[in-house]
Amino acid sequence: MEYVPPARSVGHGRLYLKELVVISGKGGTGKTSLLASFAALAGRAVTADCDVDAADLHLVLTPVVERTTKFSGGKQARIDPERCTGCGLCEEHCRYGAIHRHEAERIPDDGPRSDGMQRNGSAQPGRYVYAVDGFACEGCGVCTYICPAGAVIFAEEVSGEWFVSRTRFGPMVHAKLRPGAENSGKLVTAVRNEARRIAGEQDHDLVLVDGSPGIGCPVIASIAGADTVLVVTEPTKSGIHDLERVIELARHFDIPAVIAVNKADINEDMTEAISAYAGNEGITMAGRIRYDTDVTRAQMEGRTVVEISDGPAAADIRAIWGRIHGAIRESNEREQEEA
Amino acid sequence: MSVRVAVASGKGGTGKTTVAVNLAVVAARRGAAPVAYVDCDVEEPNGHIFLRPDIAECDTVEVPVPAVDETACTACGECSRICQFKAIVLILDRVITFPELCHGCGGCTLACPVGAITETPRGVGVVETGYASTSRREGNARIRFVQGTLNVSEAMPVPVIRAVKRRVPDTPLVFLDAPPGTSCAMVESVRDADFVLLVTEPTPFGLNDLAIAVDTVRELGLHAGVVVNRHGAGDERVRSYCRDEGIDILAEIPDDRRVAEVYSRGGIVVEELPEFARRYEELLDALQAAVPVKA
Repeated sequence: MEYVPPARSVGHGRLYLKELVVISGKGGTGKTSLLASFAALAGRAVTADCDVDAADLHLVLTPVVERTTKFSGGKQARIDPERCTGCGLCEEHCRYGAIHRHEAERIPDDGPRSDGMQRNGSAQPGRYVYAVDGFACEGCGVCTYICPAGAVIFAEEVSGEWFVSRTRFGPMVHAKLRPGAENSGKLVTAVRNEARRIAGEQDHDLVLVDGSPGIGCPVIASIAGADTVLVVTEPTKSGIHDLERVIELARHFDIPAVIAVNKADINEDMTEAISAYAGNEGITMAGRIRYDTDVTRAQMEGRTVVEISDGPAAADIRAIWGRIHGAIRESNEREQEEA
Repeated sequence: MSVRVAVASGKGGTGKTTVAVNLAVVAARRGAAPVAYVDCDVEEPNGHIFLRPDIAECDTVEVPVPAVDETACTACGECSRICQFKAIVLILDRVITFPELCHGCGGCTLACPVGAITETPRGVGVVETGYASTSRREGNARIRFVQGTLNVSEAMPVPVIRAVKRRVPDTPLVFLDAPPGTSCAMVESVRDADFVLLVTEPTPFGLNDLAIAVDTVRELGLHAGVVVNRHGAGDERVRSYCRDEGIDILAEIPDDRRVAEVYSRGGIVVEELPEFARRYEELLDALQAAVPVKA
């Protein structure tokens, strides 16, 4: 699926769609809690949960699913034991160690992603056939190409689904990836494309994207072509280490980044070190969020912290949102003048 | 024969690295047998921050990517037809490669009828091996250390994780620190472990992602147990889930701001907070009792 760049001008030419992606490098720094609060404060935005293999945003935004679409990340090989001659060429050429020889009688019947056909393959004592371990298969198709008996079935694999939903703050696009599935980046791209399409169709000028931890394929798919990434970090050595890598990633893809420090008062020195790092790198600090048990309490209640609390974290998040929203508005006005 | 314990979570930031590092330190201090810590979270490896290892070797992880001899290429397009990843495509009678999309399967080399494609290595990350020492006063117990690091801007962590796993030391006990999530990177990290320790928090996010992780390890046919970190910060829903699903909770580690502070400085909890050392001793005992004995 090809990436569709964000529409700079949609609707009647008055609205300028912006896409803000929240990422972190390190997991558990508070991306989802912050993004959910932004959705509440924006009032009118499309949200997209791009953390497709451990999605949590739905626990706070409680979406009502209106449309479900099946997703395929690619093809997967299966060997028909009836046709397999046991020659072993597939195993020899598979670079992922995904193909193993089994006694025809003993094809693992509860093995990963083995299907009915494999289970019911006719048993012939002493005969050996090959079987694919679905978790190790990368879907390259080399086994299909090399098999002289035409025994490899190479078909699209449903590896997840994505949803278009309604929430109390506006439309939401989210997804569920099957465990161990490949190509989560492709699913992320599908979710983002749909969120932007809905924003254009319904005249929303903002898409809020919840990214995944790490720096790999789903993160790259979450940020490519976005207007701004907000990196949420925490004042810990791990947080800083991972922040630096994710900032380098944003730079590589030429996406402007801003930084927010969550639980900033857990280690003030480390928070200062992050501010100094941002200063040196010419990155804007969006703000600091103080440690506040109301954040966890909000999660327990399935609400955003800005809905239930006037405590320090909620106040800090409102201030950060004010700055980010102000910057988005200015940028839209600038673009309108230029247009 | 070594016993491999993967520490995984589903949700990020629940304390995988803290649990894996502290278990490795407690096990090393007992001195009964050599221990290894292996960081499979190659996108954001953090174990080194706490263990501060001396790195003895650093190897580049390479993926073989196609190199096309244009003088031999007949522009037949067989290579682009076999490639599932759009890493080699025929555009206007010319073959173009996109190395960063290549999974290194070798399909194009096989399919080329005129032998115009060879493979050339492309670096995507590094694997480092060495030793970490636990606190001096405990008498310098050593931990074998392995970590992989994916180069920034590379999309695919799995080749680096595979390279890390090829270097897992043959110590009697190995802790594998897995990446968060349940996609291919997590599965590659845990799939041949003898036991998966799932670290969670007693919150709705923690529970939701624990349930996904449990489904994943079950589909893989692996044995698993749970560690509830930051116990007391949330509610009892994780406990009732584990009871209903028949999954053992091997430890509940209390929520304590001092732990967060030690962690923030890159410190090792069991070395700085004695009451937590006891918790981790108990966890290690519970783990050793739970890990299936190998034939």
